Amino acid sequence: MAGTYRRSRLPGGVMGSRPSWIANVVGVVVLVVMAFPIYWMVVTAFKPKREIISPTPSFIPSPFTLDNFTKALDREYFWSSIGNSLIVTVAVVLLSIVVGLLAALAVAWMPFRGRGNYIVAIILVQMIPLTALVIPVYLMLNQVHLTDALVGVIITYLAFVLPFTIWTLRGFISGVPREIEEAAIIDGATRFQAFRLVILPLIAPGLVATSVFAFIQAWNEYILAYVLLSSQSKQTVTVWLAGFTTSRGTDWGPLMAASILVAIPVVVFFVIVQGRLASGLTAGAVKG
Amino acid sequence: MTITPDEVEAPNTVPDIVPVAHTARYGRLPYALVLPSVAVLLVVLAWPMYKLVTLSFQNYQLKELISGSGEWIGLSNYTDIFTDPQFWQVLVRSVLFTTVAVVGTMVVGMAFALLMRRMHAALRVVFTAVLVLVWAMPALVSITIWKWMFDYDYGVVNYLLGKLNPDWALINWFEDARIGLAVIAALVIWGALPFVAISLYAALGQVPQDVVEAAQVDGATGFTLMRRIVLPIIKPVLIILTSLSVIWDFQVFAQIWVILEGRPTSDYYTIGVYAFVQSFGINDYGRGAAIAIVMLLIMLVASLFYLRQMRRIGDED
Repeated sequence: MAGTYRRSRLPGGVMGSRPSWIANVVGVVVLVVMAFPIYWMVVTAFKPKREIISPTPSFIPSPFTLDNFTKALDREYFWSSIGNSLIVTVAVVLLSIVVGLLAALAVAWMPFRGRGNYIVAIILVQMIPLTALVIPVYLMLNQVHLTDALVGVIITYLAFVLPFTIWTLRGFISGVPREIEEAAIIDGATRFQAFRLVILPLIAPGLVATSVFAFIQAWNEYILAYVLLSSQSKQTVTVWLAGFTTSRGTDWGPLMAASILVAIPVVVFFVIVQGRLASGLTAGAVKG
Repeated sequence: MTITPDEVEAPNTVPDIVPVAHTARYGRLPYALVLPSVAVLLVVLAWPMYKLVTLSFQNYQLKELISGSGEWIGLSNYTDIFTDPQFWQVLVRSVLFTTVAVVGTMVVGMAFALLMRRMHAALRVVFTAVLVLVWAMPALVSITIWKWMFDYDYGVVNYLLGKLNPDWALINWFEDARIGLAVIAALVIWGALPFVAISLYAALGQVPQDVVEAAQVDGATGFTLMRRIVLPIIKPVLIILTSLSVIWDFQVFAQIWVILEGRPTSDYYTIGVYAFVQSFGINDYGRGAAIAIVMLLIMLVASLFYLRQMRRIGDED
């Protein structure tokens, strides 16, 4: 999607020339409807409890309070679940980058027997839904007593983000003209220097994009973590968030505050990668 | 990386024969580079996939879970589910849910994309920002927000409806599964719209202006222009987005499971939930695996469309 998105920033194209006031009015209405759930999460998170469970809810938090955030932070297993999610996420990102980059280099640059089949396999396995594999993955890990361990989750997530990582990095790497590398070597660089100083900066946007993808997948995943990580001290943030109810019902204020805290890292990374993808790949590398 | 000095120093003065030179120069290196990825994919995708298939031919329940090996029972799991009226209800419900969610996503997504082409540039920036924000929401956060908005006692949706008509202030959205699943479909559509709308907006930008103008000179307008010129040109994107949506929506699980607090009644069972309940609810893993296989085979149809389109794009590279 990287290329498609990048091109979207170019002006022109069909039906883009005449902004109409009807489109603007409808656009504003649609905008409000789309944004409302997120707005409602934020408003609720900053409201005192009596305002939240009020028959006439206000649409602006008054009085404004941070109580819900302190309650969410003080809640059992909040910090351990954040820690677990961080461990899982960082491990998946690093492993997917290393393993994915190696494979992508081979696929993009080196003709080898079976490359076509390898690419087809990469696209094919992307089709396998995690939902369907939860059963055998659980039974497999159960046999080696790794069900309640983060490592099982990490390896499984790795397999699920790798196809995308390889596919995307392959696109970025084959977008880099080989002449650049050859030129660096002619100028006296070793092949490794040429890779580190010339190629790596050019594929950096691809690395950022795939890291963010892996991060988001690992941070957001729910079903496998829910099945595998049975003890509360091992659970990740999504499982923690889904279990945020008590016998006395749901405490919506702290739950919305917790939702914001869980969403923030993803939103930040997402926004970063959107900008990076838009900035183009080898712009200015080969001057015509 | 394992590159010997010889290879690095190798003079490369004949760029015309690069492919041949590369094959010779790289030797076994490419195999070493793809090996780790192949290993991970074999262990975590191929092997469980194989396990899933064999499991579906086995009696594998709590006793077998402890002993670690199932008893081969042939097609019994399949004949059991195919003769179970509940399975067919679940299947029809899943197909209906998927149809509503996918058609909703694509139609509204297309409307959004066309709207974005027509709106003021400044508004489009804000609009895109909101879409990206919605896109970025973790599924579990979205689920949590929607659960709160549709809360029976204090939900804002009931409050707003109550302002229109006091009779509507106390709707229990999840009492009737048909209404509950409609709300869940709306949540799924809301979450999928940004990706679809932004992709379609980009695709519309690819439609050559001169082709459109030529069609307009020939008298094509509005709907005809859309159907005869624009849709055929963006068809590859439409196929990819539709098949991805089918794949995502047919296996819906977390939305239903979390909104109903892990206790959905059987009239909420879609195929993903059903396979899960059969396996982890009543510990019949063999039967759960058979249901998962059926789910996979149905999704394979959508995948084939997706794969064909991706291969075409890959060939153009």
